[in-house]
Amino acid sequence: MNEHLTIYPIIVHLITAVLLLFFWKKPKIQRYISILGSTVGIVIAGMLFHRVWENGILSIQLGNWEAPFGISMVADTLAVTLIVLTNIVSFALSIYSTENMVSSRIKFGYYAIFHFLIMGLSGAFLTGDLFNLYVWFEVIIISSFVLLTIGGRKIQIEGAVKYFTLNMISSIIFLTGIAMVYGATGSLNMAELSRIIPEIENKGLMQTISLIFFIGFGVKSGVFPLYFWLPASYHTPPAAVSALFAGLLTKVGIYAMLRVFTLIFPLGETNQIILMIIAGLTMFFGGIGALVQKNILRVFSYLIICHIGFMVGGLSIFTQVAIVGAVMYMFHDIIVKATLYMMGGIMFRIFGNTKMEKMGGLMDNYPKLSFLFAIPLFALVGIPPLSGFWPKISLFSASYTANEIAMLVMFIFASLITLIIIAKVWNNVFSQNPESIETKSSFKYFKDFNFAEKAAYVVPVVLLVGVTLYYSFFAEHFQLIATRIGEELMNTEHYYNAVFNINEKTKL
Amino acid sequence: MTIFLFVILSSFLFALILFGLGQQKFQRMTWVASLLPISLFLYFSSFVSPIINGEVFTFFTKWVPSLGINLDFRLDNLAILFTLLITGVGSIVFLYTTQYLKGHPKILRFYTFLTIFMGAMIGLVTSNNIITLFIFWELTSISSFYLISFNNTQAESRKSAIIALSITGLGGLALLAFAVLAGQITGTLSISEMLQSSEVFENHEVSALLMVFIFLAAFTKSAQFPFHFWLPGAMKAPTPVSTYLHSATMVKAGIYLLLRFTPHFQNNSYFFTVLLIVGGITMLYAAFQTLFKTDLKGILAYSTIGALGIMVFLIGIGTTASITAAIVFIVVHALYKACLFLVTGTIDHQAGTRDITKLGGLRKVLLPLSIAGFIAAFSSGGFPPTIGFIGKDLIYEATLHGGMNPVFLTTIAVLTNILMVFAGLVVGVKPFTGKQPEELGRVKKPHFLLWLMPMLLATLSLLFGIFPGMIESLFTHNITPDLTGEESPHLAIWHGFNLIILLSSITIIAGLAVYFLWKPSYKKESSMIKFNAFSPKRLALVFANQFERISYFLTRFFQNGYLRRYVMIILVLLTLVFGIHIFINPRIFLSLKEIKALNWNEIVVLAMMLVSVLFTVFTKSRLSAIAGMGVLGYTMCFIFVFYGAPDLAMTQFSIDTLTVILFVLVLYRLPKYLKLSNRTNRIRDGIIATSFGTFLAFTIIEIMNENPVKATSEFYAEYAYKLAKGKNVVNVILVDFRGFDTMIEIVVLSIAAIGVFALLKLYLKKHEK
Repeated sequence: MNEHLTIYPIIVHLITAVLLLFFWKKPKIQRYISILGSTVGIVIAGMLFHRVWENGILSIQLGNWEAPFGISMVADTLAVTLIVLTNIVSFALSIYSTENMVSSRIKFGYYAIFHFLIMGLSGAFLTGDLFNLYVWFEVIIISSFVLLTIGGRKIQIEGAVKYFTLNMISSIIFLTGIAMVYGATGSLNMAELSRIIPEIENKGLMQTISLIFFIGFGVKSGVFPLYFWLPASYHTPPAAVSALFAGLLTKVGIYAMLRVFTLIFPLGETNQIILMIIAGLTMFFGGIGALVQKNILRVFSYLIICHIGFMVGGLSIFTQVAIVGAVMYMFHDIIVKATLYMMGGIMFRIFGNTKMEKMGGLMDNYPKLSFLFAIPLFALVGIPPLSGFWPKISLFSASYTANEIAMLVMFIFASLITLIIIAKVWNNVFSQNPESIETKSSFKYFKDFNFAEKAAYVVPVVLLVGVTLYYSFFAEHFQLIATRIGEELMNTEHYYNAVFNINEKTKL
Repeated sequence: MTIFLFVILSSFLFALILFGLGQQKFQRMTWVASLLPISLFLYFSSFVSPIINGEVFTFFTKWVPSLGINLDFRLDNLAILFTLLITGVGSIVFLYTTQYLKGHPKILRFYTFLTIFMGAMIGLVTSNNIITLFIFWELTSISSFYLISFNNTQAESRKSAIIALSITGLGGLALLAFAVLAGQITGTLSISEMLQSSEVFENHEVSALLMVFIFLAAFTKSAQFPFHFWLPGAMKAPTPVSTYLHSATMVKAGIYLLLRFTPHFQNNSYFFTVLLIVGGITMLYAAFQTLFKTDLKGILAYSTIGALGIMVFLIGIGTTASITAAIVFIVVHALYKACLFLVTGTIDHQAGTRDITKLGGLRKVLLPLSIAGFIAAFSSGGFPPTIGFIGKDLIYEATLHGGMNPVFLTTIAVLTNILMVFAGLVVGVKPFTGKQPEELGRVKKPHFLLWLMPMLLATLSLLFGIFPGMIESLFTHNITPDLTGEESPHLAIWHGFNLIILLSSITIIAGLAVYFLWKPSYKKESSMIKFNAFSPKRLALVFANQFERISYFLTRFFQNGYLRRYVMIILVLLTLVFGIHIFINPRIFLSLKEIKALNWNEIVVLAMMLVSVLFTVFTKSRLSAIAGMGVLGYTMCFIFVFYGAPDLAMTQFSIDTLTVILFVLVLYRLPKYLKLSNRTNRIRDGIIATSFGTFLAFTIIEIMNENPVKATSEFYAEYAYKLAKGKNVVNVILVDFRGFDTMIEIVVLSIAAIGVFALLKLYLKKHEK
């Protein structure tokens, strides 16, 4: 049955994770299994992407209970593209973790949880059922919580408690929203909901429920004023974990918004304005937060928030071009944010610190590494033609066409403040030579690494930088994908027909 | 013309090759880097005669067609002029630097960035797609960031680089906005195609927005008042960089942009008025500032800003004559300014200072250099027979015959030019004349490249002045947009006696007078400092500092580190959502009939609930609070029992029991009961909690009155046994209809188990952290 391919991305990581549990005390074998699992993951994601790209949206009814009675899994272009990117990041991090994670952490199930998390992400992207989405969120929260605390020190636990509490609250809010939707409509199937909800007369109620969802997803994606868990926790765990979080966790929130606010509750005027204001404030507060941080990882944390504003802003404008911009930004952001934290891990190994005042001189001492690091930093700023630049064309033009000049100004503000922040980071960490670098006795510095150890840190970064460069110079490919996603999201009948197996006469 | 694309991108490839060479190897063969600009110069020179004859060379290939972005390059008159300047001055600067930075440990980095910068400039002036123009525009900003902060160990350099990048970065984003908007309105991103729908630049309601963006872009890049202050700061760069950036390239990009889009805006009078005003202010302000500087590069910085002001001003006059004058002045300025910068560089290199009060009498040691300096100073002052004289002629010609108020325009042009005469003489003449001060010490003779390169530029200034015919055809043929249909003026040294000659003489004489009467000194420089409080730079820095302070305060205010604060914010938001819903849309469904339908055991349970809640909230003992919670949980179980869900009740019952036991166990580990919040806080929290609960309850009651589709629940009830072979519908839903959910929840539990295990057992050793 060819639609089974839809859930293979989930199955791969489930099997990998379970297999890893059997090699509990054997970190070396675990490292190989993880890399192997991620490789298979990429292959399968690629196959699924190819299938969807050629044949249109793919769906499967789990347990063979016809929709809407069972759980539907739906692979549309948005979902499969995110699955591909997720697997690329996961592959890079599988390699990166081999050195970044000490064996004792691996002996306590680091890799298994890692793959459970990837599974959770894949499930969240693929599910076509509202309650099932909640269940995937549970997987994501619990595994990220464990990853945050594994081998934890005081600071990690403190961050993790905030992380877990706030994310749990957000899940409960989400669950409340689901209960309300089910109470009002009697359905959990997203495709079916897209037909039922417009029929409901009590529009005010639907409006309120949609805002409940927004608050729930808002916490997860880190919008103002719900982002507090993010700067509190992202700088605490080992780099591999932060990189995974930075690349993918907030984006699940954005994904959920994109899905729910196009399919189930298409944004009305009021919600558009609310989202727009929130997006603007998110860019503002993320930007100014990053401006005043002293720790490079916290700078990155606040920049994550700042850039979430681009995606929420794109969604809020709610035209096809704007959605394309938001989706383009999301693709770029997944890769670049993961790269940033991986770089952060290397810098930590070089300086033994992530406080900017104790770093410096990277450009003089590691010119080639600096060159490598410059690419994601520039991409983040959106220096053309690197990846952060391309979404802005769509976002700028959409805000102009929709006559949302305030949004345009906020996009410019966020871009400019990112530029200034990265220039500051560059000056402090790369350009300025440090007065003295303290040496910790029981710390293994980057310069003491052997070739294989260095490679395990640097090769994954090179890999992701390669993806960024591909995005940058072959932006057409991504633009085409994003355009199709925009078309699929704004015209929900594609999704509906795929779930209910109605043949589309005109293929996309 | 694929080779054309290769030529434009060659700089980036070349930079990569240089980077690959490594400092060690490169240091022995720095001259290699100069090969690129020289060959590019020769390559572009070969296009001159066909282009003068009206040909236009283009290269086109698709890049991101779905956004309308193509690799679309176009070599026309304006482009060829700029490419020649970029590669020509580039060649000279590249060669000069081999000696200027000889043996510098970072010379490789210098050349790499300089090459990238040159490539970006070439791309900028040849792009016909406005988005690729923007791409190269940003590349110039970024590469100049590195060039300005080349002395990366100096805090001042780094700071100047950030200021320059912030200002030009703002302009860059404005340019992107301009590009996208213009593309939206005209439906094309090709600059030449936009011209066909130029009416949108005049009449369209958004032409105001377009102008705001293009002005922001051009004025920041070309250092117009009040954005000019990044330019003097950028003088922290090594002198060859200043030479290149400020004579022929970077700052001219803004001028280029304005010239390129002048045809589009040709019937938009606001466009020209703004340029006239901003250019006028800039040139006067900057020229005046040169009087108060003692650093040679400081003087050059302000005279550059002044010159840029003149160009904007000339474009603003908006006649064919004025635009020709602007273009000629670009060349004039590039030649003399590059020369003066190089002269300054050599002086600095040999004498170790750029302080004008300490310099003098250098003609004895640096004779060839002094000749170059003199010629450049004369060209800058508009003395015959240099090309500067012709340039000045054209300026007066333009001010006298254009605009609404020729007298006023001419007056400020003359004033500015008098001060420019002064500035040129101070830099090009003063260090060489008079007596050599004692404290200067022994000045060594420079390497021949260090005087030959400025000499080369000076010679060109002189040559083109005497034989303007050599370059005339570059300016007069089609380069000026056909604004008024009038002929563009003829370039010549001598037009006969007329008003213009008179004005030129007045300028020169007055300039000489200022030069001889006004001596730059520290005292004068510091006398200006008291006005600094109002200077745009100071205001911008104050703004930046205040902004950072406010940012810090706001960030700390929201991210104060307390979890309870974060939870409160989320709950307040939710309460607002529910509350607003209830108040906007009150649909309260409470009927007496339903209340009457309550039976006694339900009422008892409700009462128990209420009591246990109040008890939990108000008790002073942790243990009794937990007991209260337990009671509350059990009453919930009763509700489940009453409404026919015994299995749910059982589950809830066991969970509640377990929770209470766990809590009691934890209690022993906690410190004694403390009151951490004051009365106000507790009242506030109470209000939030009560309203949250109330509003949520009302909303849920409202939902109960909706009529959901029953298909799914009916399906479950009907087929649980028939198809799934299970008599308990809830069980069948859990393990079959929605069995996937359950499976994943089992995974969640496993993950939690692993996590708890690791939390309890794993302690990392110190070296593992």
